[in-house]
Amino acid sequence: MTTTAPTTPPEIGGIGHSVRRHEDARFIEGQGNYLDDITLPGMLHMAILRAPVAHARINSIDASAATALEGVIAVVTGDLMAQHGLAWMPTLSGDTQAVLVTDKVRYQGQEVAAVIATDPYIATDALELIEVDYDILPPITTPQQALEPGAPLIRDEKEGQTDNRVYTWEAGDKAATDAAFARADRVVSLETHYPRSHPSPLETCGIIADVNSVTGQATIHLTSQAPHAHRTLFAMVAGLPEQDLRIISPDLGGGFGNKVPIYPGYVVATAASLLLQHPVKWVESRSENLISTGFARDYYMKGELAVTNEGKILALRVDMLSDQGAFYADAQPTKFRAGLFHVVTGSYDYPVAHVSCSGAYTNKAPGGVAYRCSFRITEASFLIERLVQTAAYELGIDPADFRFKNFIQPEQFPYHSPTGFVYDSGDYPTALRMALDEIGYEDLRAEQKRAREEGRLIGIGIAHFTEAVGAGPSHTYDIAGLKMFDSAELRVHPTGKAILKLGVKSQGQGHETTFAQIVAEELGIPVTDVKVMEGDTDNTPYGLGTYASRSTPVAGAATAMVSRKLAEKAKIIAAHLLEAAPADIELHNGEFSVSGSPDHTVTIQAVALAAYTNCPDGMEYGFESVHYYDPPNLTYPYGSYVVVVEVDADTGVWKVQRMVALDDCGVRINPMIVEGQIHGGLTEGFAMSSMQWITFDDDGNCIGSNFMDYLVPTAWETPKYELLSTAVPSPHHPIGAKGVGESATVGSPAAFVNAVVDALAHLGVRNIDMPVLPDRVWAAIEAAKA
Amino acid sequence: MEVNVTINGVATTHEIEPRVLLVDYIRTRAGLTGTHIGCDTTSCGACTVLLDGKPVKSCTVLAMQADGRQVTTVEGLKSNGTLHPIQAAFKEEHGLQCGFCTPGMMIVGAALIDENQAPSDDDVRWAISGNICRCTGYMNIVKAIQAAAASNAGATA
Repeated sequence: MTTTAPTTPPEIGGIGHSVRRHEDARFIEGQGNYLDDITLPGMLHMAILRAPVAHARINSIDASAATALEGVIAVVTGDLMAQHGLAWMPTLSGDTQAVLVTDKVRYQGQEVAAVIATDPYIATDALELIEVDYDILPPITTPQQALEPGAPLIRDEKEGQTDNRVYTWEAGDKAATDAAFARADRVVSLETHYPRSHPSPLETCGIIADVNSVTGQATIHLTSQAPHAHRTLFAMVAGLPEQDLRIISPDLGGGFGNKVPIYPGYVVATAASLLLQHPVKWVESRSENLISTGFARDYYMKGELAVTNEGKILALRVDMLSDQGAFYADAQPTKFRAGLFHVVTGSYDYPVAHVSCSGAYTNKAPGGVAYRCSFRITEASFLIERLVQTAAYELGIDPADFRFKNFIQPEQFPYHSPTGFVYDSGDYPTALRMALDEIGYEDLRAEQKRAREEGRLIGIGIAHFTEAVGAGPSHTYDIAGLKMFDSAELRVHPTGKAILKLGVKSQGQGHETTFAQIVAEELGIPVTDVKVMEGDTDNTPYGLGTYASRSTPVAGAATAMVSRKLAEKAKIIAAHLLEAAPADIELHNGEFSVSGSPDHTVTIQAVALAAYTNCPDGMEYGFESVHYYDPPNLTYPYGSYVVVVEVDADTGVWKVQRMVALDDCGVRINPMIVEGQIHGGLTEGFAMSSMQWITFDDDGNCIGSNFMDYLVPTAWETPKYELLSTAVPSPHHPIGAKGVGESATVGSPAAFVNAVVDALAHLGVRNIDMPVLPDRVWAAIEAAKA
Repeated sequence: MEVNVTINGVATTHEIEPRVLLVDYIRTRAGLTGTHIGCDTTSCGACTVLLDGKPVKSCTVLAMQADGRQVTTVEGLKSNGTLHPIQAAFKEEHGLQCGFCTPGMMIVGAALIDENQAPSDDDVRWAISGNICRCTGYMNIVKAIQAAAASNAGATA
């Protein structure tokens, strides 16, 4: 069960082969086609003027000098957008967000005006010529401040909004949970902040809007992880007829959730193109990306475990306050106000839990995107894994043993969690045991003890995470009302070569290879003969896009199902060619044979030709189909991560000595790509644990507005990883896959932080908030000494 | 002003403002879009090219500073229809995912293996420490550069 052995030969390259990526051919020669690489005839360039302050009323905007600059075509302000009913737009969470400010600035970096010019340098020059008269208002920079009585109202334009509260939401059974806490031997608690982070894909966000009133065609080139959803939302927001609206999401230089929302710049560029009848390009600078587009996390969490003295968990209670920024713009299903945070019960078996959540508006950028996580699962996994380690210390039980005592057991699946999830499959004890054995856990604990006697600080951190990914099912999951299914259209040409069209959109995950492998597996068409196409809404079937690790669970399933539909048709054609009954036809590695006479065969290529030239009587010509897949449940990938760190007590600097990461993502379609995803995810987890941090000063100035202040790890800081796997297939997915894109980002932060805290646990240290910066470690050591 | 820059062996001449950055010259004047822009602060290295054989971040060089000089971009790595060892190795070792940092990484890698036939893990990590990748976690990039060095050494031995 540790690997998925291929059943197809390498020349077919089905599931389990580490097929080298098809898309690499263009990337290694500089022939990728990213948004900023596209130039259209007559294209103009847009730059955005952003607010220098966090909270201020705008008295006036004087754009006369900017407008007079040679090369400037237009200056767009909120007033102009308001004339077209576009000064505000809906967010993905049902709130509203200003496109360009008409009343007051609500965060530093907010869009105030835009310049359209013939050249990007001129557009940027013109920004400096726009005079804005601001009346500065007191800023609110924490959600705690925001909810204090009498706090200035940030969303004063919203009817019925009398305070800065965004939402309250709860899950689980409060009465039963409180009763369990009343019975418990011990209550262990942990308060921690999962800080604001930013996905910062290396390519920033951008658009080229090309609206032509004569042809009626609006073509929007967009850095979009969800082009179909964006087409529908654009049509609704801008009032454009959807049949004339084409979104083209070209090669994406990473996404990680940052390219899911619709940003004000997109709306302004589209409006400008409509008004000026020229294509308008806008590409964010890195600073614009970091200060204004989809942040992630920013959850203040308190978790409590009710436990017995023997170390059995009885119940979990969680209270969470989220900092939403000025507009509630989380990308998340409508019915859940804090994403899937209520999966916080984790990998452990106890009957009751209660999770209460609330959110507050602050004078910060909006977002709340699922940064390499399935809707707030990163925060949930971090809290429970930090909390169980705390409980283990308080009870004097080894953190690994504490987990073994409380794991959901393999025979309990499908497991109904106390907050309403149905975990599909897993074997948690085996996973953790393998990871501990690999790292040599017992020996490390002995070494830790010796090191402490010598005054050295070694820590061993464990995290065992369970993810819930691959949304739908559509009855529960949607984005802005659009149901979360996905689709695949497969067309096999007469020569047996195929084109697969999907509603999802790769940002580097290798879809052009992985999904071709599913077709190769199902139909036996060599993987090199399958072209995968995504991103162009005129030429791909509808789908909700790529985020929340949903491409393989949903579009991957659709690909298997559409291949099976074609296999059924192929069997009828093969029966016709072989003069046998369809029921007797078997398909193996691209060859159809008659049951009992294996030498009597016809290839999938011959069948494809026959589908266009020699169909059985009464059969429709052609060899193509489409499948819309609505998953019956989420999938539940999991993993056991173990990290060893050494902490320098004098400086607080910590270094990762080893990291073993075991992931179970079910069947691995392309093991090489899966491992690459895990490497990347672990690095993002390390980044958030150690350095990545979008923070603000008391005036609401964003600290972290560039790559010198917002630290992302380079190769020099990044640890090396040792990967392990198990493969418990998802029981409800057609090929048993579960999705893996986000697992490592979800699971690893707790492992890194647990390791640093473990190094200091004997001193009484129980928590250091992320990012675990050396000064925070040093301060924790000093405080423990005092 | 007029500048003359030889890019991948081809002479280019353009009339530009003195403030035009080399990366913009390469991308919008010479039309070679394989060199990318990932930040505003010389931090990410996506724009790395060779200037007279040495890696530079072309977002922090003025095009006029490249006047009369030789620039090599990702489009110039291939020679006589054959991939440079670094290109082949990035594909073989899965050293890229979204591909956005890849041109800069390969340029730095190509310069490194010119000087060092058997770079250690630390040698490679130090060499690429001015280049950010958000997808791969660097392990396979390091492997790819080492594999390219080995294949280079094998080819010239």
